[in-house]
Amino acid sequence: MSNTGIGARIERTEDKRFITGNGRYTDDINLPGQVYASFVRSPHAHAKVTGIDAKDALALKGVVKVFTGKDMEADGLGGLICGWTVTSKDGEPMKVGGHPSLAPERVRYVGDCVAVVIGESREAARLGAEAVAVSYEELDAVVEPAQAQNQNAPKVHEDIDKNLCFHWELGDKEATDAAFDKAAHVTHLDIVNNRLIPNAIEPRAALGDYNPGSGDYTLYTTSQNPHVERLVLSAFVGVAPEHKLRVISPDVGGGFGSKIFVYAEETVCLWAAGKIQRPVKWTAERSESFLSDAHGRDHVTRAELALDGDGRFLALRAHTVANLGAYLSTFSSSVPTYLYGTLLSGQYDIAAIHVEVEGVYTHTAPVDAYRGAGRPEATFVVERLVERAARETNKDPAELRKKNFVTKFPHQTPVILNYDTGDYNACIDRASEMIDYKSFDKRRKEAQAKGKLRGIGFSTYIEACGLAPSNAVGSLGAGVGLWESAEVRVNPTGNVEVLTGAHSHGQGHETSFAQLVSDRLTIPIEDITIVHGDTASVQFGMGTYGSRSAAVGMSAIDGALDKVITKAKRIAAHILEVQPDDIELADAAFRIKGTNKFIPWGELALNAYTAHKFSTSEIEPGLKETAFYDPTNFTFPAGCHICELEVDPQTGCVEIVDYVAVDDFGTIINPMIVEGQVHGGVLQGIGQALLENGVYDVETGQLVTGSYMDYTMPRAHDAPPLRLDFTNTPAPSNPLGVKGCGEAGAIAAPAAVLNALTSAIGHENISMPATPAKVWRAIQT
Amino acid sequence: MTKVSMRINGEQVNADVDGAQLLAYFLRDKLNLTGTHIGCDTSQCGACVVHLNGRAVKSCTMLAAQADGADITTIEGIQKNGELHPVQRAFQQHHALQCGFCTPGMIMAAVDIIENTNDLDEHSVREQLEGNICRCTGYQNIIAAILSAAKEMRG
Amino acid sequence: MYPFTYHRASSIEQAQALLDVSDDSKLLAGGQTLIPTLKQHLASPGALVDIGKIEALRFVRVEKASVVVGAATPHAQVAGDGKLAQKIPALAHLAGKIGDPHVRNVGTLGGSIANNDPAADYPAACLALGATIQTDKRNISADDFFTGLFETALEEHEIITEISFPVPKLAAYEKFPNPASRYALAGVFVAQTEAGVRVAVTGAGVNGVFRMTEMESALANNWSADALEGISPSADSLLSDLHGAADYRAHLVNVMAKRAVAQTC
Repeated sequence: MSNTGIGARIERTEDKRFITGNGRYTDDINLPGQVYASFVRSPHAHAKVTGIDAKDALALKGVVKVFTGKDMEADGLGGLICGWTVTSKDGEPMKVGGHPSLAPERVRYVGDCVAVVIGESREAARLGAEAVAVSYEELDAVVEPAQAQNQNAPKVHEDIDKNLCFHWELGDKEATDAAFDKAAHVTHLDIVNNRLIPNAIEPRAALGDYNPGSGDYTLYTTSQNPHVERLVLSAFVGVAPEHKLRVISPDVGGGFGSKIFVYAEETVCLWAAGKIQRPVKWTAERSESFLSDAHGRDHVTRAELALDGDGRFLALRAHTVANLGAYLSTFSSSVPTYLYGTLLSGQYDIAAIHVEVEGVYTHTAPVDAYRGAGRPEATFVVERLVERAARETNKDPAELRKKNFVTKFPHQTPVILNYDTGDYNACIDRASEMIDYKSFDKRRKEAQAKGKLRGIGFSTYIEACGLAPSNAVGSLGAGVGLWESAEVRVNPTGNVEVLTGAHSHGQGHETSFAQLVSDRLTIPIEDITIVHGDTASVQFGMGTYGSRSAAVGMSAIDGALDKVITKAKRIAAHILEVQPDDIELADAAFRIKGTNKFIPWGELALNAYTAHKFSTSEIEPGLKETAFYDPTNFTFPAGCHICELEVDPQTGCVEIVDYVAVDDFGTIINPMIVEGQVHGGVLQGIGQALLENGVYDVETGQLVTGSYMDYTMPRAHDAPPLRLDFTNTPAPSNPLGVKGCGEAGAIAAPAAVLNALTSAIGHENISMPATPAKVWRAIQT
Repeated sequence: MTKVSMRINGEQVNADVDGAQLLAYFLRDKLNLTGTHIGCDTSQCGACVVHLNGRAVKSCTMLAAQADGADITTIEGIQKNGELHPVQRAFQQHHALQCGFCTPGMIMAAVDIIENTNDLDEHSVREQLEGNICRCTGYQNIIAAILSAAKEMRG
Repeated sequence: MYPFTYHRASSIEQAQALLDVSDDSKLLAGGQTLIPTLKQHLASPGALVDIGKIEALRFVRVEKASVVVGAATPHAQVAGDGKLAQKIPALAHLAGKIGDPHVRNVGTLGGSIANNDPAADYPAACLALGATIQTDKRNISADDFFTGLFETALEEHEIITEISFPVPKLAAYEKFPNPASRYALAGVFVAQTEAGVRVAVTGAGVNGVFRMTEMESALANNWSADALEGISPSADSLLSDLHGAADYRAHLVNVMAKRAVAQTC
């Protein structure tokens, strides 16, 4: 290992600009002649729009223009799309309700955009938006997924019966039912997986620009995947052809999934910039983020686990109603289906699994991928079931898990996935040792003596990451391939630019990716720049989500590096008059093996471009290679998290007193960055378990938790100190052996916390988020 | 319009501002000091924290006119002679930032905490960070960075 | 924000004159509640009169039997004043728990009590300590000052100038914060004053801060946490929301009161 290569704990190269205030986020960018957009949003959960009168708004000083959905329709613009078609168990494709950027006739959730006001200043636009008089005919709304299919539930989309988008299943129902019939014990569980609101600290923003001379559009926006954004805005919405649209996603202040999607606001800004031929800017206020960012989770599930008399898991079945919100967001249909049902085998050898998911529309903000996306929901089902089964059958929860772990690989689960590698015992053993599991009873007694209830809970999670083999996802309904691209440009002076289709919005790609390049090319990390986030410079790429950028994005870079090295060796061989096989690259020089004859890296690069010393009929000049990498399988990060907590029975307050996480992420590129990902993910998971809840009023459909006054964001004193360790079974499906680490914490933590909490209070009757008020009440019963 | 005069990062600034102009927008829009960020509208996230006469304040919850006569320091102003401030250095060393959006406010809050709190320990740092929300880091490395910088700054 | 005219006052007299210029003018002290309100377009004053820089309103003065705090004194100054902390440590403690450090550096005592947010901390201290609120026109006892949710005895354009807190024999404040906003879900200030035991509750009441006379009598007989066993306000008079139903708040009032008393024993 070099001191900056793979495995090195080095400081991040991107930090300097952020710690000095020199980050460049979308809202930091201003263009000459820029105007501001403010959206007129529906105050109702469900209503007919019977009239829009912009007269008063247009009369205000500084108001430039007002557009409505009719204006967009008149321009022939399409609506927003969902890129994954889920097929129901009856063979029918999912039912898709139209999703116009500006609702022309009907609004379907509080915050749905009805019109946009363009103003000379932020405030002028906002005052203009308040002055637009929209007439609504209010209609009844349904916000709870469990009620969406009721006979008398109001329809979100008039042509979609029972608000049912899809009724999907996976697994063998007959085999599962048969296994349940012969079970010695069945554990039941009813779970609500609470709605979360992502809350990246940088609010979404967009700046659309149009050049009437060239017909070129440029969109600066807070996107995790600028190429996908461009593809959707071109091919589906039709704002501009792909080659006439440049999407730039500069520094992005966190995403957690919420910035994958193509939203109404940036669509409107881009289109409006063309209409009025001035740059149009919009930056969400936090209250708009709460209303309009795609939310996460929101499942209602009944699940059962069948065990034999010996404690072996025979079968698992689950029925889930997933809230999709008012419209399908960009990837929303995949989240409660293929990213959820496929993970229900957990780390266990379970012969039969059957899951049914009803995806329903409600009058709430669209729900889509949020850190973990389906996998936290699956882990919560499996790990809560297993813990409960252990309690019901008087078995040690660690031992029951170990008895049922998959230990032989590859392992084909009954729900599509084929686990390629892992060592689940190693993780649980190490985590148990770290938290001193065997002495827990002693600690519980000590807590009791000071009036506290102490509990311990395991979560042995698995996730499918490194999204994803394109063939596989294509066969499951994805409208895109999930490969990644990379281009390695060696400049004549020897320094290197790497262009990647992945996008960094906090993950530290500029450092991790450069570590790979430094490692492979044996050049200093200072000589490497990672370029991302601009469709004009980077070739088509798929962006960052699903813990894919190391496994897929870096593998693409690795492929391009292979090609660069091969070509460079050929050039070196020419110059040194030997065969390419005789050349080795080490210490930034191409050397004839076993000799001291060499060409330094920089000289070779220059030679590649001067092309004086080799035959250009045999070797093309230049040193720049591209690779597209499609993984052969998902990757399967897995691990064991154990939470130990104390409850103050007087107030219901929960204090996490210890939390250990032992994760197997395969090869680790930069341990410091990986630890940071775990820290952040775990706190988001703890947030889901104890603090965060997106709540709509059942009667009015208003978002009750629409600001930080009511939506509980984890703060520094809510975060326990975490203790981490890692095991390593390298992923066989990619050349680097990496598995991905971005989502693990958010996937593992909720089950660990709730398992600990139910262990502390002695019963299972508590739901997430387990707020002090809820915990106190649970203790009373 | 209201006349304001203040020192910002050591330089005198005189301007006419709208009564309703927030200090945060004054810094960002008028002075192009875009390191100060805006992350919420209820004064809770702390991405906008700057120093006013040496104490941390939320620039999104203060009118530019209220800052008249004040000495303001933003994230762009804490380097000395081109050298990173010890807190900036500690944030980098301890990987106390990921997306970087909360970071300027977090660093400005941290400098105030270190300069104005006695007996810093992990618990008190967590308490003092009440007004700064980070969604990326889980705070663990932020706490470590602040404690480390405090040690360095106090010799 | 809706447009408004900003005026800076350098004296109380000037502030009075500026306020009287228009009917829809409002005072601005620290602005830590008012500015977020304006940002959300929940208020539209025509003019703001900034009294935050009037030096005569920014002070902590410790007298023999009382502590007097200027209306425009930031919470951080109250929390950090060593002499004040010696006289009424509970008041310093309370001020140090308001909002967050940045808010405490700007938000003021006068602004807080004039707003009378039902979840604010200072009203509990004023009421339990039997403070006197002095304005440019008169003195108002805390018992008369807080009249309901966001309502006070202040008349239009009346300016609070200082608050005088009698030094108690014993006092303590315990709050259970709303997990999201960090305002009080239930905050209890207990005090043994010259005028007897006083207990004030904030964060929980449907009409804002209130006194718990039942606790006062119990503590007058026996100043101990045990004396409060079983005493809590009727849930009918308490707020109920996402973060805490009325019965939970009623229970918390009891727990916070006991913990506050226990601190002093």
